[in-house]
Amino acid sequence: MFQNIGEMVILLWRTLLALPLTWRQRLKVFDQFFEIGNASLLMVCILSFFIGGVIALQTGPVLVERGLANAVGGVVGISICKELAPVMMSILIAGRIGSAMAAEIGSMRVYQEIDALRTMNISPIHYLVVPRLVAIAVALPLLVIFAILVGWLGGAFVSSANPRIDISFAAFFTTLRDVVQIKDVVNGVFKSFIFAWVIGIVSCHQGLITIGGPRGIGRSVTKAVVNSIVLIVILDYILTRVLLR
Amino acid sequence: MNGEPSTPRGVSVQVRGLRKSFHGMPVLKGLDLDVKPGEIFVLMGPSGSGKSVLLKHVIGLEEPDEGTILIDGQSIQSPEVMDHYRLAMVFQSGALLNSLTVGENVGLYLAEHRLKPPEEIARIVAANLEVVGLKDTEDKMPNELSGGMKKRVAIARALVIEPQLILYDEPTSELDPVSSVIIAEEIVKLNERIHVTSLVVSHDRDLAFGVADRVAVIHDGEILTVGTPEEVKRFNHPFVREFLNARFQRE
Repeated sequence: MFQNIGEMVILLWRTLLALPLTWRQRLKVFDQFFEIGNASLLMVCILSFFIGGVIALQTGPVLVERGLANAVGGVVGISICKELAPVMMSILIAGRIGSAMAAEIGSMRVYQEIDALRTMNISPIHYLVVPRLVAIAVALPLLVIFAILVGWLGGAFVSSANPRIDISFAAFFTTLRDVVQIKDVVNGVFKSFIFAWVIGIVSCHQGLITIGGPRGIGRSVTKAVVNSIVLIVILDYILTRVLLR
Repeated sequence: MNGEPSTPRGVSVQVRGLRKSFHGMPVLKGLDLDVKPGEIFVLMGPSGSGKSVLLKHVIGLEEPDEGTILIDGQSIQSPEVMDHYRLAMVFQSGALLNSLTVGENVGLYLAEHRLKPPEEIARIVAANLEVVGLKDTEDKMPNELSGGMKKRVAIARALVIEPQLILYDEPTSELDPVSSVIIAEEIVKLNERIHVTSLVVSHDRDLAFGVADRVAVIHDGEILTVGTPEEVKRFNHPFVREFLNARFQRE
């Protein structure tokens, strides 16, 4: 485990050093960016709409029964933008994109394509890791902003449609605006930016250390997803503690 | 290897006391080898004898446990070697990047190191594909090619580098006899055209004795003999005799 952590820190450092050369790989960054958006947008939309709806459904009736109807928008709004959107979207992207990164780089490793790059004096970090990391570091925060907006809409829809809550769209967003501040959204987006780096580094690292055949690739994909999710949850706690100060 | 390709000149390769173990199992046992500039050197041996591992050490893909590999006197481990010398390797599987077209694979080195403008790269790619008999295949994907075609594309990719040292890992394995002859001719033509040093790993006796200036036989991580094809054929060692004369005979 400690060897893996050390290797990931070295990979992160080398990737940071290679970042100034990103412009050279801009076409690959756009390809990856499109891939992430294309693969995830619909799922992000569905997931965040229903998360917003469920939060409204769980909290709305309880708050309304206690005469706190004007808190529903705030509770749904703040829980989505500070916690649920960044964490759930990051977990979704770890499963959808992190697995694809580990599988693609892992198969390139197994079938000697990475060795071929090295014999041509082409750094796998410049060629494979940097474009993926830059793309996910831009795409995930944008997806989270989108997820926050859709999640709020889901919460507002359920709050107005459910007779036990019965709060209009306008009233929901008025109470949401009273509670949620720009810094809360920035807080969530910042978390997702950090999680994007975690997913990228963990997945690319697992791909680069893949050994064996198809079974090895499968093992790397599983490790990439599981390790990313575990790190996201642990880092979420740490970041929340730091950002709450 | 980043430098602008100039007039190619073969480089020498010296391997001294090379040892390598994997999981405690010794694969190379203090191996010494000298390859002269511009010669075609074929390393023969049975499967699992350490040929491919040696090749990976020579191009810096593996780090030795002990010993040194010198390219024109400079250690392959030193970072400058890959910048000063143009080295290329043709992998057993071809190792083409499956997400790129044939043309993009062949032009990858020039494009990534920004050595030529795109139009010039396209011209060089077309010319090199024609050299290996694959004219007008630029837009094909690697999965549309046969094993032999993939190897020829891999050779074209190596040619684009204008290498000073080219390593071939089992270049004729899995190929039909006609394709094997084409590959063997390419190795010899390339050597005559740009005087590249060629280190070929193979257990194909026809290829070895057909193209080699010198041949070495490796067994169990050690070199048993080195010499001209005729000298090796005459070498009197039980394993070498058995390896070179193995024939299937139906009772």
